[in-house]
Amino acid sequence: MLETLNRSGQDSVGNSAVSVKNLHIRFGADDSGFTALSDVSVEIPAGSLVTMLGPSGCGKSTLLRTVADLVHITDGSVSVHGQTPRKAREGRDFAFVFQEATLLPWRNVIDNVRLPLLVGKREAGATYADPEELLALVGLKGREKSMPHELSGGQRQRVAIARALVTRPRILLMDEPFGALDEITRDKLNEELLRLWQETGTTILFVTHSIPEAVFLGQHVLMLAAHPGRVKEFMKVDLPYPRSLAMRDTVEFIQVTAHLRKLLGEC
Amino acid sequence: MANALPSQAEGRALTDGNRFRMLDTAAGAVLRHLPATLAILGCILLWQLVVWGFSVPTFMAPGPVDVIKAFGENAGVLWTNFWPTLMEAVLGFIFGNVIAVLLAVWFVYSPLAERAFYPIAVIIKSIPIIALAPILVLLVGNGIAPKIIIAGLICFFPTLVNMVQGLKSASPAMLDLMRILSASNSEIFWKVRLPGSLPFLFAALKIAATSSVMGAIVAEWIGSSYGLGALIIEATYNFRSPLLYATVVIAASLAVVLFFAVSYAESKIVRWKPTTDH
Repeated sequence: MLETLNRSGQDSVGNSAVSVKNLHIRFGADDSGFTALSDVSVEIPAGSLVTMLGPSGCGKSTLLRTVADLVHITDGSVSVHGQTPRKAREGRDFAFVFQEATLLPWRNVIDNVRLPLLVGKREAGATYADPEELLALVGLKGREKSMPHELSGGQRQRVAIARALVTRPRILLMDEPFGALDEITRDKLNEELLRLWQETGTTILFVTHSIPEAVFLGQHVLMLAAHPGRVKEFMKVDLPYPRSLAMRDTVEFIQVTAHLRKLLGEC
Repeated sequence: MANALPSQAEGRALTDGNRFRMLDTAAGAVLRHLPATLAILGCILLWQLVVWGFSVPTFMAPGPVDVIKAFGENAGVLWTNFWPTLMEAVLGFIFGNVIAVLLAVWFVYSPLAERAFYPIAVIIKSIPIIALAPILVLLVGNGIAPKIIIAGLICFFPTLVNMVQGLKSASPAMLDLMRILSASNSEIFWKVRLPGSLPFLFAALKIAATSSVMGAIVAEWIGSSYGLGALIIEATYNFRSPLLYATVVIAASLAVVLFFAVSYAESKIVRWKPTTDH
């Protein structure tokens, strides 16, 4: 915790975890290329859980990948705790969870969780989480020695989340992490993600194409419009935490999803 | 231990894995191979009956009994000619595959090298190996060298193709993950690309194991005085058909043994199954 306070002292913008200003992303050559994001500006408050929604082609994954230093910035700026995405990546400031679990099939569960500790530049004196504790946190205690092919899709994604948390990132970037799972598993993991978020205080940026998922998880929902990708709305979800799955049947919840569905229709 | 067990739905994948491993127990193995064993014995019996029934002359087609006798009578000859062929096949296997793997690594990291040299590899592959043998004899003489080169060339191409494919098989998301972890190129190679290529490599090595024996034998046909290939030519010209058959059996057995040696190595090294996320 002390370390987090020290580092946030360098922040140029108040208590934003991610600050995006006038971001333009273009792919390909000037005339034949296409614009993925056009003049996107948004502030992601530190410690918040922001879900990103939008029609396909709206660039929500591109925005997430830009924050993760996987996409070259054409114009504008992205700052992660006051640093460039590249510096933030090198400082292990964020971790990424993909739609695929991307586990190495020849490593057992615990060794997959340890992978971030074995590669890349490791800061001297940096403290990392205990892989075994993290597995317990994601509900896989006792499965340390299992191989990935012995796990279900949901369990593999839990391992991927534990692996993301092992470097104690301040920001967790999630790109449709539960998109390939069945609804029951997805509901369960949604609830557990909320619990993880409340226990760890990590800022979470979560891309999804499911409106109920976006509302259930999100403190804020960032809605993007397509062609070109731009911010449609950045709204606060006024539903209290802790949230349970039953909340999804309340009038308040349905009002929010109805509003978003209408907005999505306009995109 | 009970609280460590996964929930029933999520644990199903595990019990399936265990059940498959159960099949590999010794008793199961014998039972699985019983039909094949009986079929082979049946074929040999039928062969003997045909040879007896139609009084086929021995020089034309010897029966199993003649072949077994030939093993006894020619044990010394077979033994002394077996070793050079084994040596050539194994050395060819090693050199051909090592060069193919190194070239594949180079191709994966240098698209320019791949564009320049891949077509040459295809051209060399398309020359009939039997036509290449005399050329090599003229080039490097009549010793063990041309045999090793031909056995190696036969192994080379399937391994090159598979290894290039295997090294490129890492998923884009996996490579993105390694980039986010700021992994170096060598870390990506050793931790992701190389282990991921092993199933592809072993598929090629199993082909190479049998074809390296074929390469060595074909090479021995061209003006060689030793080896199973030379013995095959000599036995044919002298109508020593039982010896010819015995030599063929030895050559086939050698290929089978090398194949199972590679399969065994695979089962010890590749102890994982690829996961399909979708």
